[in-house]
Amino acid sequence: MKGGFLFRGWKTLTSRGFCSLNDKSLRVCVIGSGPAGFYTAEKMLKAHERAEVDILDRLPTPFGLVRSGVAPDHPETKIVVNQFSRAASNERCSFFGNVSLGSDVSLSELRDMYDVVVVAYGAESDRSLGVPGENLTGIYSAREFVWWYNGHPDCRYMAPDLKCTDTAVVLGQGNVALDVARILLRPTSELQTTDIAEHALISLQESTIRKVYLVGRRGPAQAACTAKELREILGMKNLQVHIQAADLVISPADEEELKASRIQRRVYDLLCKSATSHQGHDFAGQQELHFIFFRKPDEFLPSEDQSRVEGVRLEKTCLKANGLSRKQVAIGTGQFEDLDCGLVLKSIGYKSVPVDGLPFDKYRAGVVPNLKGRVLSGDQPENVNIEQGLYVVGWLKRGPTGIVATNLYCAEETVTSILEDINEGLIALRSGSPKPGRQGLLQVLEDKNIRFVPFRGWEKIDSKEKLEGQLRNKPREKLTTWDELLKVALGR
Amino acid sequence: MKIMQNARVQDDTDTNRLLVNWLLSNSQISTIQRDLKTGPFSPFLCPMGKFSFSNTASGQTTEEDGKDKETISVTFLNKDGEEKVIEVPVGMSMLEAAHENDIELEGACEGSLACSTCHVIVMDVNYYNKLEDPTDEENDMLDLAFGLTETSRLGCQIVAKPELDGIRLALPAATRNFAVDGFVPKPH
Repeated sequence: MKGGFLFRGWKTLTSRGFCSLNDKSLRVCVIGSGPAGFYTAEKMLKAHERAEVDILDRLPTPFGLVRSGVAPDHPETKIVVNQFSRAASNERCSFFGNVSLGSDVSLSELRDMYDVVVVAYGAESDRSLGVPGENLTGIYSAREFVWWYNGHPDCRYMAPDLKCTDTAVVLGQGNVALDVARILLRPTSELQTTDIAEHALISLQESTIRKVYLVGRRGPAQAACTAKELREILGMKNLQVHIQAADLVISPADEEELKASRIQRRVYDLLCKSATSHQGHDFAGQQELHFIFFRKPDEFLPSEDQSRVEGVRLEKTCLKANGLSRKQVAIGTGQFEDLDCGLVLKSIGYKSVPVDGLPFDKYRAGVVPNLKGRVLSGDQPENVNIEQGLYVVGWLKRGPTGIVATNLYCAEETVTSILEDINEGLIALRSGSPKPGRQGLLQVLEDKNIRFVPFRGWEKIDSKEKLEGQLRNKPREKLTTWDELLKVALGR
Repeated sequence: MKIMQNARVQDDTDTNRLLVNWLLSNSQISTIQRDLKTGPFSPFLCPMGKFSFSNTASGQTTEEDGKDKETISVTFLNKDGEEKVIEVPVGMSMLEAAHENDIELEGACEGSLACSTCHVIVMDVNYYNKLEDPTDEENDMLDLAFGLTETSRLGCQIVAKPELDGIRLALPAATRNFAVDGFVPKPH
């Protein structure tokens, strides 16, 4: 396109001028390069013409869960990386991959170096159920399983055994639960043309799993998934969907809940439609998906030699009003039933990992206390301080819920707070002794002999992966070990 | 399903106003990003010859590449209510048109119906009713849109046609009132 060429020419001509930012630059460090981090960087660059934004990530690769969370069979959801890459190619933006907050550089060091620090490192751990047997072999968090099939280098060698059983139990009924169920049940002929990690594809090709149970504590009126994901799995070819008709009967309290939420109403309608349309169409040998409502895990049952999981004991639940909230909670009824299975994936929520110097609310799902993105500290409610120059965005700010786009609004809010604070003079842009920003970071990394991966390094990984993918008719073949990633990115 | 009531419009908050101010104050940078953004959208570059509608629309006919090209007039209302009138060729989606004209409409999935970021509110229910009903897939995405109203649509799914001449679309002043424990879809 003509305009594009013209623009690129103009950009080259003026890039040198842009680079020599004066001392009044606003030095911004964003920790984490997932959607929250990148939307924040993008909006910061747009909103403040002297903002210089450095994005750090502990991985050599950017884009966080767009790369390691979004399912391989959802390529459209990943298109947003085009927008993020454009932000990264801005002259005032730099990417520092392979830099780990805490071990390579501390939060307090970064706060000394930058005018504004935004923590956006998400949630890299899992909530636990706290029921007996949770550590048995064959039980994984859905996060680990997702990282594994998406080629995250930290789960490269997880090697879940998919050949010892025909049944998997997924605890939870949110979108992540539907993702892992779909990947387990989807014909591998359909997966092999996605960017799924090769090791996972091979393992799934050999998988003997043909039944997946999706277990939820509450009912179909409270299912936590979105209609899009549900519609997709319910429409899968050669998949027999089982939903107990009795579970679909709803109470007046359920109706109230449904009335209040368009999304839950549509999810409930889809489940009802599926329950009627699947009646009397059972064929032997088909893959099966069972929705199990009103059950909560009570304990995991070990095999005879105690070596691995062989089943889950579920307690039946019923719903009860929850104080003033319209939402009902599930409580146990004291009735139990066992479900045999050889694989359990816990999809009950992610949890953020604390880091030194960052106020953390360990009782509230690992969220950083904040006021519209401004990080708050203080033990007592009456003694709250705003941490100057420190902001939070994404899952660390809101808790681990929402979709990619949720981070757009979340980032707008945090960036608005930053701009307000600049206008109010709360962020001091001392022209006399400006903060070192990028230079300071480079110095620390050099002193510690840490080789960071610049965006150019990621582009090398990207090209290599796309090239390897071409040979196998996949959009990309992901590099899945730290060694490979660093070797390609740094050329060593 | 067609509806007969007026669209509910989001409250304007102080936060929104601030946000808009900084969005507007940096229009030059936005333009640059927008120019780059238009790259992937190409369908409208195809010859428009087949859309040679007669005089149902009041849009002008312009000469481009030697072919007649019918356009309709579309008004976008910015997040602070500021209006911008643009001419949109028949056959072009509102997402593409917005990006062509530096209107702050997001488009994370570039029109592939996998996100809700190009959410717009049709200001007049009569125009809303002239649109094809949203598909299930579009509704699935609208479920997740911020500040959903009865006349909400995705910008990528509204394609300019002569009957839509004069349509007014508002960018939702998407809620900035984040509940700390996450976003709860607005009742609809």
